[in-house]
Amino acid sequence: MTATRKIRVLIAKPGLDSHDRGAKIVARALRDAGMEVIYTGLRQTPEQIAETTLQEDVDVLGLSILSGAHTTLFQKIMKLLREKGMEDVLVFAGGIIPQEDVPALKKIGIKEVFGPGTPTSVLIEFVQGNVKERR
Amino acid sequence: MGQIEQLVQGVLQGNRRSIAKTITLIENNEPEAQKIISMLYPKTGRAHVIGVTGPTGSGKSTLIEKLIGELRKRGKTVGVVAVDPSSPFTGGAFLGDRVRMQEHSTDVGVFIRSMATRNALGGLAKATRDVIHVLDASGKDVVIVETVGAGQSEVEIVEVAQTVVVILAPGLGDDIQAIKAGIMEIADIFVVNKADRENANKAISDIQAMLEMNTEKTGWKPSVLKTTALTGEGVTELLAKIEEHKEHLKMGALEARRKEKVETELAEAIKQKVAESIIEDLKREGEWKKLAQKILARETDPYSAADMLLKKSKRN
Repeated sequence: MTATRKIRVLIAKPGLDSHDRGAKIVARALRDAGMEVIYTGLRQTPEQIAETTLQEDVDVLGLSILSGAHTTLFQKIMKLLREKGMEDVLVFAGGIIPQEDVPALKKIGIKEVFGPGTPTSVLIEFVQGNVKERR
Repeated sequence: MGQIEQLVQGVLQGNRRSIAKTITLIENNEPEAQKIISMLYPKTGRAHVIGVTGPTGSGKSTLIEKLIGELRKRGKTVGVVAVDPSSPFTGGAFLGDRVRMQEHSTDVGVFIRSMATRNALGGLAKATRDVIHVLDASGKDVVIVETVGAGQSEVEIVEVAQTVVVILAPGLGDDIQAIKAGIMEIADIFVVNKADRENANKAISDIQAMLEMNTEKTGWKPSVLKTTALTGEGVTELLAKIEEHKEHLKMGALEARRKEKVETELAEAIKQKVAESIIEDLKREGEWKKLAQKILARETDPYSAADMLLKKSKRN
């Protein structure tokens, strides 16, 4: 039988800000690039995001945040993913994240951080190029 | 223990990571999928499978979230398969049903999985049936299947669910819509959601009038319920009706339905295997490409080409 794999992506909004235009644009762009994109909706806790990542068995997790709480929340999310044995998921982030915070985020396993104005083509190439052959 | 045995063990113990990984293997039609299904199959047939269908925006996901809440209050574990369409152009999909169900995302008694149709018609994905088997085998008491926003003929859900709930909303059409064939024929229970809107009673009476004309076959008369999913109004009554239907099925109809389902499943499996093996064989011969070229050049048509290829393969 022929296998039919698809890149599955979870786009999640941690924290308390309620602006998800960016998240939706990213979701739409990845959808149009042929991926299956799951969206969580607003105001998700790290526990909800980690558990959804697990149940949906996604290859990629995109975190969108504008509230400024990225360092705290991302640390929790990455810790939970590790605990659940999901360290092979490709994680990227976007939103309003100051440059000086980026190195610390990369250190905890976030592969890339994208700021406002990033062309969606850059994002698509990033995902396609970095998604691991997981199985 | 091999990897497959470990996964199967995990599923049977309700391990969520194993369930998730198994579903992926099945959805991708990986070579291990068939073996896994055959190992899980003896443990299936215990969950009550509820199909939820209806037009886009009628409130299926929101109502399911409320149903999960009610079921959890009664101590039942729940699996959900939420299907959304794949783009016929890019193959991509946006799976948004989860957005309405996040209240239950960290409840260990609930497992929610989103699926894209991957271009299957009929309102479900090709692998949906097997994904239901996985959740069933994992010990979920109830499995709820949400179809894509169904218009008129996405009725495949009858083949996988024991109780089919068709959700409608006021203002979607008149009594002419209510007597059309297809989705209006498959309901065990009708729900008019968004009952706080005007015209809700009109929608209910249209459906009731349509039902008056039905000739009963199974001894079950579908009823029409009113809900407001956003506030949860009517959800307890809906669950009670679902339970009633489940009890009704036990009186004999369940066996008949199960038998029918198993036969469909067998036929589907044969179709898939036969078609795949024939196509693979034919592709290996040079004739396939030659004929494709001929079709392209309008020298022959796909049906005649198929006849020629099949005649050839039968001789072999």
